[in-house]
Amino acid sequence: MAFEGLAERLQGSIKKMRGKGKVAEQDVKEMMREVRLALLEADVNFKVVKKFVSDVKERAVGQDILDSLTPGQQVIKIVNEELTKLMGGEQSKIATAQKPPTVVMMVGLQGAGKTTTTGKLALHLRKKHNRSPLMVAADIYRPAAIKQLETLGKQLDMPVFSLGDQVSPVEIAKQAIAKAKEEHHDYVIIDTAGRLHVDENLMGELDEIKEVVSPDEILLVVDAMTGQDAVNVAQNFNERLGITGVVLTKLDGDTRGGAAISVKAVTNTPIKFAGMGEKSDALEPFHPERMASRILGMGDVLSLIEKA
Amino acid sequence: SKTRNSFVGAMNDLVKNYRTVDEDFFEELEEILISADVGVHTVMELIDDLKDEARKRNIQDAKDIQPVISEKLAELLQKSDQESHLLIKENELTVILFVGVNGVGKTTSIGKLAHKFKQENKKVLLAAGDTFRAGAIEQLEVWGERVGVDVIKQQAGSDPAAVMFDAIQSAKSRKVDILLCDTAGRLQNKVNLMNELEKVKRVLTKEIPDAPHEVLLVLDATTGQNAMSQAKVFQKATDVTGIVLTKLDGTAKGGIVLAIRHELDIPVKLIGLGEGLDDLYEFEADQFVHGLFSD
Ligand SMILES: Nc1nc2c(ncn2[C@@H]2O[C@H](COP(=O)(O)OP(=O)(O)OP(=O)(O)O)[C@@H](O)[C@H]2O)c(=O)[nH]1
Ligand SMILES: Nc1nc2c(ncn2[C@@H]2O[C@H](COP(=O)(O)OP(=O)(O)OP(=O)(O)O)[C@@H](O)[C@H]2O)c(=O)[nH]1
Ligand SMILES: [Mg+2]
Ligand SMILES: [Mg+2]
Repeated sequence: MAFEGLAERLQGSIKKMRGKGKVAEQDVKEMMREVRLALLEADVNFKVVKKFVSDVKERAVGQDILDSLTPGQQVIKIVNEELTKLMGGEQSKIATAQKPPTVVMMVGLQGAGKTTTTGKLALHLRKKHNRSPLMVAADIYRPAAIKQLETLGKQLDMPVFSLGDQVSPVEIAKQAIAKAKEEHHDYVIIDTAGRLHVDENLMGELDEIKEVVSPDEILLVVDAMTGQDAVNVAQNFNERLGITGVVLTKLDGDTRGGAAISVKAVTNTPIKFAGMGEKSDALEPFHPERMASRILGMGDVLSLIEKA
Repeated sequence: SKTRNSFVGAMNDLVKNYRTVDEDFFEELEEILISADVGVHTVMELIDDLKDEARKRNIQDAKDIQPVISEKLAELLQKSDQESHLLIKENELTVILFVGVNGVGKTTSIGKLAHKFKQENKKVLLAAGDTFRAGAIEQLEVWGERVGVDVIKQQAGSDPAAVMFDAIQSAKSRKVDILLCDTAGRLQNKVNLMNELEKVKRVLTKEIPDAPHEVLLVLDATTGQNAMSQAKVFQKATDVTGIVLTKLDGTAKGGIVLAIRHELDIPVKLIGLGEGLDDLYEFEADQFVHGLFSD
């Protein structure tokens, strides 16, 4: 019952609307009830859903039906378009500083995938952009966090800057920049420790690192399986640090990934990459359109529209 | 600070705002539960139930429905008291296998639980069954040092089933009380990795017929509805006996465990409230339900 595709759920409404010339309010209302459920089941935050549903209702009601579509298909088309729009355009680009090195900070909750993504991003920059990144081990708290990054460095043959776990992350970051300049690295990727958005001390530490390294890019790493709390997390990190982009990880799983919409809605920063696996080459551009269909579970609906 | 009765206190806020039990009241209750990740289906069933109950008992005053809500929620979580505790063998080796998706807190929870048993003067051994993730073995070793227990390991990249075989042999010959087995995080839709996990479990069973005595599925409280799919697939593959719900020290509520209990009848046994040695607690349904309603 759960996670039933939106297509099947809307079948009834779609049938009812067949042959009508204008999209009527009652029909839209009925369909949007199903859309709302689908979005909630996909973990889109309930406040975001509320606004979305009312916006779409407004846009859909009273529209003339396009020749090629049935009224039901038209509503779905609008839903899909709006959802895609909400997630922004395709933007898998990473900032480049006027004067190298470009400094990238990876931040996020515990276990989201920061360290893994640090390795992936370094590889991406080297392979796709011919850059020479320096990875920085600034997590002095998690057991063997430094070792984890060093192991990735070894696997990728990529340099890792570390001062052990007895030096403050702020100092590590500072010295890493100096080192990067000295050795002519054009990117510095700082792997920070996972922390809760409500942890005053550790959020303050990120402030300080930011102060010292003036990052060109602060990427919030978000687990695609995150539930309703995604908005709180994103909001806090963004208010505190001013994030410049999001990386959505673990999208190789079977989660609907509604957190993508929540995070985008509250931070209004682009989702730049999608993590598609544990291996270092499993980083892909984020596709808002595909994500919209995934969240609604309606690949089938879209093909239905396309055929029409 | 959270007492057994504080749930009632938290509910007061909801009740205060609504003198009568009407549609608005139920709508707000629905939003509270959905925002706690309880899940749409479970929430709607629950609300329908409550509406029925309100009708049957002729409840109109909002404060009269409060005990009914607590009752229903707690009912979901506490089918029986017995099974919400870990089953530990007396004077015999107990083997506990940790499973779950990536990054939820398996290794950390093992460290914390080892500490707990150590404090009870039990002899504990850890098995480094995550041979895949960078730094995973070293991470468990750091925990071993912290707690003061040994870790059985092989090289990175080796067969996890072979590590388990080694570990259970060592545990037997060293007359250990508790063997805690770490495994690599894996997403439940990766069939080959789930097969590998079944194999790991089989190795343990082959050495001791009723092992693993506990299979603990570690769930991250920040996770939304996908936790249900995790529970279903891991249960099928490894006969999960309980849940460790981690990261409840944040603002996420982990309400999905209500749905999991309801649909799959898997009890939450432990909760994680931080990254330190002492941050593992036994699950208490009342407190948890209270948490669902607090800011
Ligand atoms: N399947 C899958 N696993 C991932 C992905 N990204 C990261 N992981 C896994 O998620 C787990 C956590 O990743 P880490 O990189 O250690 O996460 P982190 O944010 O650095 O964690 P902390 O430093 O403890 O906060 C590991 O098991 C990774 O292999 C992804 O895109 N797909
Ligand atoms: N705040 C908080 N953090 C936790 C808790 N439990 C674990 N963590 C953190 O979550 C991150 C991941 O924990 P791990 O124990 O490495 O998770 P895992 O499931 O073993 O991860 P993989 O082996 O990569 O799949 C680490 O940064 C832990 O410190 C908890 O209860 N609260
Ligand atoms: Mg890390
Ligand atoms: Mg682990």
